[in-house]
Amino acid sequence: MFELYALLLFMIAAAIIAVQIKDLLSSVIAVGAVGLGLSVVFLILKAPDLAITQLVVELLCVIILIRAVVKRETTTTEDTYGFLTVIAGLIFVGVFLFFVHPALKELPNFGEPLMRVAKNFIEVGQAKTGASNLVASVILDFRAYDTLGEATVLFTAVIGVLVVLRRTGRKRKDEVIKDDE
Amino acid sequence: MTNNNTKGMTLIVKTITRLTVGLILLYGIYIVLHGHLTPGGGFAGGVIIALSFIHLMLAFGKDVALKKVSEPIASLFESIGAVLFLSIALIGFVGGYFFLNFIDKGTAFKLFSAGTIPLCNIAISFKVGAGLFAIFVALVLLKIGSKGEE
Repeated sequence: MFELYALLLFMIAAAIIAVQIKDLLSSVIAVGAVGLGLSVVFLILKAPDLAITQLVVELLCVIILIRAVVKRETTTTEDTYGFLTVIAGLIFVGVFLFFVHPALKELPNFGEPLMRVAKNFIEVGQAKTGASNLVASVILDFRAYDTLGEATVLFTAVIGVLVVLRRTGRKRKDEVIKDDE
Repeated sequence: MTNNNTKGMTLIVKTITRLTVGLILLYGIYIVLHGHLTPGGGFAGGVIIALSFIHLMLAFGKDVALKKVSEPIASLFESIGAVLFLSIALIGFVGGYFFLNFIDKGTAFKLFSAGTIPLCNIAISFKVGAGLFAIFVALVLLKIGSKGEE
Protein backbone atom coordinates (compact mmCIF):
# COMPACT_ATOMS: atom_id res chain seq x y z
CA MET A 1 0.00 0.00 0.00
CA PHE A 2 2.99 2.31 0.46
CA GLU A 3 3.44 3.02 -3.23
CA LEU A 4 -0.26 3.83 -3.53
CA TYR A 5 -0.05 6.51 -0.85
CA ALA A 6 3.18 7.87 -2.35
CA LEU A 7 1.46 8.17 -5.72
CA LEU A 8 -1.56 9.84 -4.15
CA LEU A 9 0.67 12.41 -2.45
CA PHE A 10 2.46 12.96 -5.77
CA MET A 11 -0.86 13.53 -7.52
CA ILE A 12 -2.09 15.94 -4.86
CA ALA A 13 1.17 17.90 -5.05
CA ALA A 14 0.98 18.02 -8.86
CA ALA A 15 -2.63 19.17 -8.72
CA ILE A 16 -1.75 21.99 -6.33
CA ILE A 17 1.13 22.99 -8.60
CA ALA A 18 -1.19 22.95 -11.60
CA VAL A 19 -3.56 25.33 -9.90
CA GLN A 20 -1.02 27.66 -8.36
CA ILE A 21 1.76 28.02 -10.92
CA LYS A 22 1.87 31.14 -13.05
CA ASP A 23 3.22 29.63 -16.28
CA LEU A 24 0.39 28.04 -18.27
CA LEU A 25 2.59 25.45 -20.02
CA SER A 26 3.98 24.23 -16.69
CA SER A 27 0.43 24.05 -15.42
CA VAL A 28 -0.61 21.83 -18.34
CA ILE A 29 2.38 19.57 -17.75
CA ALA A 30 1.44 19.29 -14.08
CA VAL A 31 -2.07 18.22 -15.13
CA GLY A 32 -0.44 15.58 -17.31
CA ALA A 33 1.56 14.39 -14.31
CA VAL A 34 -1.67 13.97 -12.34
CA GLY A 35 -3.12 11.83 -15.12
CA LEU A 36 0.03 9.74 -15.39
CA GLY A 37 0.00 9.13 -11.64
CA LEU A 38 -3.65 8.10 -11.85
CA SER A 39 -2.78 5.65 -14.61
CA VAL A 40 -0.08 4.03 -12.46
CA VAL A 41 -2.50 3.93 -9.52
CA PHE A 42 -4.96 1.98 -11.67
CA LEU A 43 -2.15 -0.37 -12.63
CA ILE A 44 -1.25 -0.96 -8.97
CA LEU A 45 -4.92 -1.59 -8.14
CA LYS A 46 -4.92 -4.29 -10.86
CA ALA A 47 -7.17 -2.52 -13.33
CA PRO A 48 -5.12 -2.60 -16.56
CA ASP A 49 -8.13 -1.74 -18.74
CA LEU A 50 -8.61 1.52 -16.92
CA ALA A 51 -4.88 2.18 -16.87
CA ILE A 52 -4.62 1.93 -20.66
CA THR A 53 -7.68 4.08 -21.22
CA GLN A 54 -6.58 6.69 -18.70
CA LEU A 55 -3.09 6.87 -20.20
CA VAL A 56 -4.19 7.36 -23.81
CA VAL A 57 -6.98 9.80 -23.02
CA GLU A 58 -4.60 11.81 -20.84
CA LEU A 59 -2.07 11.90 -23.68
CA LEU A 60 -4.70 13.22 -26.07
CA CYS A 61 -5.87 15.85 -23.61
CA VAL A 62 -2.32 17.02 -22.89
CA ILE A 63 -1.54 17.26 -26.60
CA ILE A 64 -4.64 19.39 -27.21
CA LEU A 65 -3.95 21.58 -24.17
CA ILE A 66 -0.30 22.11 -25.10
CA ARG A 67 -1.27 23.12 -28.62
CA ALA A 68 -3.87 25.47 -27.21
CA VAL A 69 -1.35 27.03 -24.80
CA VAL A 70 1.58 27.36 -27.20
CA LYS A 71 -0.48 29.24 -29.77
CA ARG A 72 -1.54 31.85 -27.23
CA GLU A 73 0.13 35.18 -26.92
CA THR A 74 -0.05 35.36 -23.14
CA THR A 75 1.48 32.29 -21.56
CA THR A 76 1.29 33.34 -17.95
CA THR A 77 -1.60 33.96 -15.66
CA GLU A 78 -1.74 36.72 -13.14
CA ASP A 79 -4.63 35.46 -11.06
CA THR A 80 -4.04 35.62 -7.35
CA TYR A 81 -6.32 34.39 -4.64
CA GLY A 82 -7.51 36.81 -2.01
CA PHE A 83 -7.75 36.00 1.66
CA LEU A 84 -11.56 35.73 1.58
CA THR A 85 -11.48 33.30 -1.35
CA VAL A 86 -9.22 30.90 0.53
CA ILE A 87 -11.35 31.15 3.69
CA ALA A 88 -14.56 30.54 1.72
CA GLY A 89 -12.99 27.54 -0.02
CA LEU A 90 -11.88 26.03 3.28
CA ILE A 91 -15.33 26.56 4.80
CA PHE A 92 -17.02 24.85 1.87
CA VAL A 93 -14.62 21.90 2.03
CA GLY A 94 -15.31 21.63 5.77
CA VAL A 95 -19.09 21.66 5.25
CA PHE A 96 -18.78 19.07 2.49
CA LEU A 97 -16.66 16.77 4.65
CA PHE A 98 -19.05 17.19 7.59
CA PHE A 99 -22.05 16.06 5.59
CA VAL A 100 -20.24 13.38 3.60
CA HIS A 101 -18.66 11.84 6.69
CA PRO A 102 -21.57 9.45 7.52
CA ALA A 103 -21.68 8.22 3.94
CA LEU A 104 -17.92 7.59 3.90
CA LYS A 105 -18.17 5.59 7.13
CA GLU A 106 -20.73 3.29 5.54
CA LEU A 107 -18.40 2.33 2.69
CA PRO A 108 -17.07 -1.23 2.79
CA ASN A 109 -13.37 -1.72 3.41
CA PHE A 110 -11.02 -1.16 0.53
CA GLY A 111 -11.46 -4.02 -1.95
CA GLU A 112 -12.55 -6.48 0.68
CA PRO A 113 -16.10 -7.74 0.29
CA LEU A 114 -17.54 -8.26 -3.13
CA MET A 115 -20.98 -6.90 -3.82
CA ARG A 116 -23.59 -9.46 -4.71
CA VAL A 117 -23.99 -8.41 -8.34
CA ALA A 118 -20.23 -8.18 -8.90
CA LYS A 119 -19.74 -11.62 -7.40
CA ASN A 120 -22.37 -13.00 -9.73
CA PHE A 121 -20.69 -11.39 -12.73
CA ILE A 122 -17.35 -12.91 -11.78
CA GLU A 123 -18.86 -16.34 -11.34
CA VAL A 124 -20.95 -16.59 -14.49
CA GLY A 125 -19.29 -13.98 -16.69
CA GLN A 126 -17.05 -16.18 -18.76
CA ALA A 127 -19.56 -18.99 -19.12
CA LYS A 128 -22.36 -16.69 -20.21
CA THR A 129 -20.52 -14.41 -22.60
CA GLY A 130 -17.48 -16.42 -23.63
CA ALA A 131 -15.18 -13.43 -23.16
CA SER A 132 -12.10 -14.15 -21.11
CA ASN A 133 -11.65 -10.45 -20.34
CA LEU A 134 -14.25 -9.95 -17.66
CA VAL A 135 -14.30 -6.18 -18.07
CA ALA A 136 -15.30 -6.53 -21.72
CA SER A 137 -18.02 -8.99 -20.80
CA VAL A 138 -19.44 -6.52 -18.28
CA ILE A 139 -19.29 -3.34 -20.33
CA LEU A 140 -20.39 -4.90 -23.61
CA ASP A 141 -22.81 -7.57 -22.46
CA PHE A 142 -24.19 -7.23 -18.95
CA ARG A 143 -24.03 -3.45 -18.90
CA ALA A 144 -24.04 -2.72 -22.63
CA TYR A 145 -26.86 -0.26 -22.19
CA ASP A 146 -24.55 1.99 -20.15
CA THR A 147 -21.94 1.74 -22.88
CA LEU A 148 -24.54 2.86 -25.40
CA GLY A 149 -25.23 5.89 -23.24
CA GLU A 150 -21.52 6.66 -22.97
CA ALA A 151 -21.16 6.37 -26.75
CA THR A 152 -24.08 8.77 -27.14
CA VAL A 153 -22.38 11.24 -24.79
CA LEU A 154 -19.21 11.14 -26.89
CA PHE A 155 -21.21 11.51 -30.10
CA THR A 156 -22.98 14.55 -28.71
CA ALA A 157 -19.67 16.02 -27.56
CA VAL A 158 -18.15 15.66 -31.04
CA ILE A 159 -21.20 17.23 -32.66
CA GLY A 160 -21.06 20.07 -30.15
CA VAL A 161 -17.38 20.76 -30.81
CA LEU A 162 -17.84 20.70 -34.56
CA VAL A 163 -20.83 23.03 -34.40
CA VAL A 164 -19.27 25.52 -31.97
CA LEU A 165 -15.89 25.69 -33.65
CA ARG A 166 -17.13 25.91 -37.20
CA ARG A 167 -15.96 29.29 -38.34
CA THR A 168 -18.21 29.78 -41.32
CA GLY A 169 -21.70 28.49 -41.51
CA ARG A 170 -23.27 27.11 -44.61
CA LYS A 171 -22.38 29.30 -47.56
CA ARG A 172 -25.05 30.93 -49.57
CA LYS A 173 -24.76 30.69 -53.32
CA ASP A 174 -23.74 34.26 -54.01
CA GLU A 175 -21.62 34.61 -50.88
CA VAL A 176 -17.86 34.50 -51.16
CA ILE A 177 -16.03 33.62 -48.00
CA LYS A 178 -12.38 34.47 -47.73
CA ASP A 179 -10.41 31.35 -46.97
CA ASP A 180 -7.24 32.25 -45.08
CA GLU A 181 -5.86 28.79 -44.51
CA MET B 1 5.72 12.08 -46.75
CA THR B 2 8.69 13.85 -48.16
CA ASN B 3 11.48 15.57 -46.34
CA ASN B 4 11.38 18.76 -48.36
CA ASN B 5 8.01 19.56 -46.86
CA THR B 6 8.86 22.52 -44.72
CA LYS B 7 5.78 22.24 -42.54
CA GLY B 8 5.80 20.29 -39.35
CA MET B 9 8.67 19.52 -37.05
CA THR B 10 12.38 18.81 -37.65
CA LEU B 11 13.95 15.99 -39.63
CA ILE B 12 14.61 13.94 -36.50
CA VAL B 13 10.96 13.96 -35.48
CA LYS B 14 9.86 13.14 -39.01
CA THR B 15 12.20 10.16 -39.28
CA ILE B 16 11.13 8.75 -35.93
CA THR B 17 7.49 9.32 -36.81
CA ARG B 18 7.86 7.46 -40.08
CA LEU B 19 9.22 4.47 -38.17
CA THR B 20 6.73 4.47 -35.31
CA VAL B 21 3.40 5.61 -36.69
CA GLY B 22 2.61 2.29 -38.33
CA LEU B 23 3.46 0.41 -35.18
CA ILE B 24 1.17 2.63 -33.12
CA LEU B 25 -1.67 2.09 -35.58
CA LEU B 26 -1.13 -1.68 -35.54
CA TYR B 27 -1.03 -1.67 -31.74
CA GLY B 28 -4.36 0.15 -31.66
CA ILE B 29 -5.91 -2.38 -34.02
CA TYR B 30 -4.49 -5.21 -31.88
CA ILE B 31 -5.98 -3.69 -28.73
CA VAL B 32 -9.37 -3.43 -30.42
CA LEU B 33 -9.41 -6.94 -31.87
CA HIS B 34 -8.22 -8.58 -28.65
CA GLY B 35 -10.49 -6.48 -26.45
CA HIS B 36 -12.43 -9.52 -25.26
CA LEU B 37 -9.28 -11.50 -24.43
CA THR B 38 -6.78 -9.06 -22.95
CA PRO B 39 -7.03 -5.67 -21.24
CA GLY B 40 -8.01 -2.88 -23.55
CA GLY B 41 -11.06 -2.75 -25.71
CA GLY B 42 -12.83 -0.50 -28.13
CA PHE B 43 -12.40 2.77 -26.29
CA ALA B 44 -8.67 2.51 -25.57
CA GLY B 45 -7.91 1.05 -28.99
CA GLY B 46 -9.91 3.73 -30.73
CA VAL B 47 -8.03 6.45 -28.91
CA ILE B 48 -4.70 4.84 -29.84
CA ILE B 49 -5.74 4.74 -33.51
CA ALA B 50 -6.72 8.40 -33.31
CA LEU B 51 -3.40 9.19 -31.62
CA SER B 52 -1.46 7.59 -34.48
CA PHE B 53 -3.08 9.98 -36.95
CA ILE B 54 -2.58 12.89 -34.55
CA HIS B 55 1.08 11.88 -34.30
CA LEU B 56 1.28 12.09 -38.08
CA MET B 57 -0.39 15.49 -38.05
CA LEU B 58 1.89 16.89 -35.37
CA ALA B 59 5.06 15.74 -37.09
CA PHE B 60 4.29 16.41 -40.75
CA GLY B 61 1.79 19.23 -40.56
CA LYS B 62 -1.91 19.05 -41.13
CA ASP B 63 -1.88 18.57 -44.90
CA VAL B 64 -0.21 15.14 -44.84
CA ALA B 65 -2.58 13.78 -42.23
CA LEU B 66 -5.66 15.29 -43.81
CA LYS B 67 -4.68 13.70 -47.12
CA LYS B 68 -5.00 10.32 -45.41
CA VAL B 69 -8.12 10.99 -43.35
CA SER B 70 -10.01 14.17 -44.00
CA GLU B 71 -12.56 15.62 -41.67
CA PRO B 72 -15.69 14.47 -43.57
CA ILE B 73 -14.29 10.92 -43.65
CA ALA B 74 -13.71 11.06 -39.89
CA SER B 75 -17.26 12.23 -39.33
CA LEU B 76 -18.51 9.49 -41.65
CA PHE B 77 -16.61 6.80 -39.75
CA GLU B 78 -17.91 8.11 -36.46
CA SER B 79 -21.49 7.88 -37.70
CA ILE B 80 -20.83 4.41 -39.10
CA GLY B 81 -19.55 3.29 -35.71
CA ALA B 82 -22.57 4.67 -33.90
CA VAL B 83 -25.03 3.08 -36.32
CA LEU B 84 -23.14 -0.23 -36.21
CA PHE B 85 -23.23 -0.33 -32.41
CA LEU B 86 -26.91 0.54 -32.30
CA SER B 87 -27.80 -1.99 -34.98
CA ILE B 88 -25.93 -4.76 -33.14
CA ALA B 89 -28.05 -3.85 -30.13
CA LEU B 90 -31.26 -3.80 -32.16
CA ILE B 91 -30.59 -7.13 -33.88
CA GLY B 92 -30.78 -8.60 -30.40
CA PHE B 93 -34.53 -8.07 -30.58
CA VAL B 94 -34.67 -10.95 -33.07
CA GLY B 95 -33.80 -13.35 -30.30
CA GLY B 96 -35.61 -11.60 -27.49
CA TYR B 97 -34.21 -8.46 -25.97
CA PHE B 98 -31.96 -5.44 -26.41
CA PHE B 99 -28.25 -6.29 -26.60
CA LEU B 100 -28.83 -10.01 -26.78
CA ASN B 101 -25.58 -11.85 -27.43
CA PHE B 102 -27.00 -13.70 -30.41
CA ILE B 103 -23.86 -15.14 -31.99
CA ASP B 104 -22.39 -18.45 -30.87
CA LYS B 105 -20.09 -17.93 -27.88
CA GLY B 106 -17.30 -20.22 -29.09
CA THR B 107 -14.42 -21.35 -26.93
CA ALA B 108 -12.96 -18.97 -24.42
CA PHE B 109 -9.46 -17.56 -25.04
CA LYS B 110 -9.89 -17.90 -28.80
CA LEU B 111 -9.89 -14.87 -31.07
CA PHE B 112 -13.27 -15.70 -32.57
CA SER B 113 -15.32 -16.08 -29.43
CA ALA B 114 -17.63 -14.14 -27.14
CA GLY B 115 -20.39 -13.54 -29.71
CA THR B 116 -21.14 -9.90 -30.33
CA ILE B 117 -18.50 -8.45 -28.01
CA PRO B 118 -15.71 -8.18 -30.64
CA LEU B 119 -18.17 -6.58 -33.08
CA CYS B 120 -19.20 -4.05 -30.44
CA ASN B 121 -15.53 -3.35 -29.76
CA ILE B 122 -14.89 -2.64 -33.44
CA ALA B 123 -17.94 -0.36 -33.64
CA ILE B 124 -16.89 1.57 -30.54
CA SER B 125 -13.34 1.91 -31.83
CA PHE B 126 -14.64 3.44 -35.08
CA LYS B 127 -16.75 5.83 -33.09
CA VAL B 128 -14.17 6.87 -30.53
CA GLY B 129 -11.18 7.04 -32.87
CA ALA B 130 -12.93 8.97 -35.61
CA GLY B 131 -14.72 11.20 -33.13
CA LEU B 132 -11.60 12.24 -31.23
CA PHE B 133 -9.67 12.71 -34.47
CA ALA B 134 -12.50 14.91 -35.75
CA ILE B 135 -12.33 17.01 -32.59
CA PHE B 136 -8.56 17.40 -32.98
CA VAL B 137 -8.88 18.31 -36.66
CA ALA B 138 -11.55 20.87 -35.82
CA LEU B 139 -9.32 22.42 -33.15
CA VAL B 140 -6.31 22.53 -35.50
CA LEU B 141 -8.11 23.83 -38.58
CA LEU B 142 -9.92 26.49 -36.65
CA LYS B 143 -6.71 27.66 -34.97
CA ILE B 144 -7.72 27.57 -31.37
CA GLY B 145 -6.51 30.44 -29.25
CA SER B 146 -5.25 32.59 -32.12
CA LYS B 147 -8.14 34.95 -32.44
CA GLY B 148 -5.76 37.81 -33.17
CA GLU B 149 -4.66 36.26 -36.46
CA GLU B 150 -8.08 36.04 -37.99
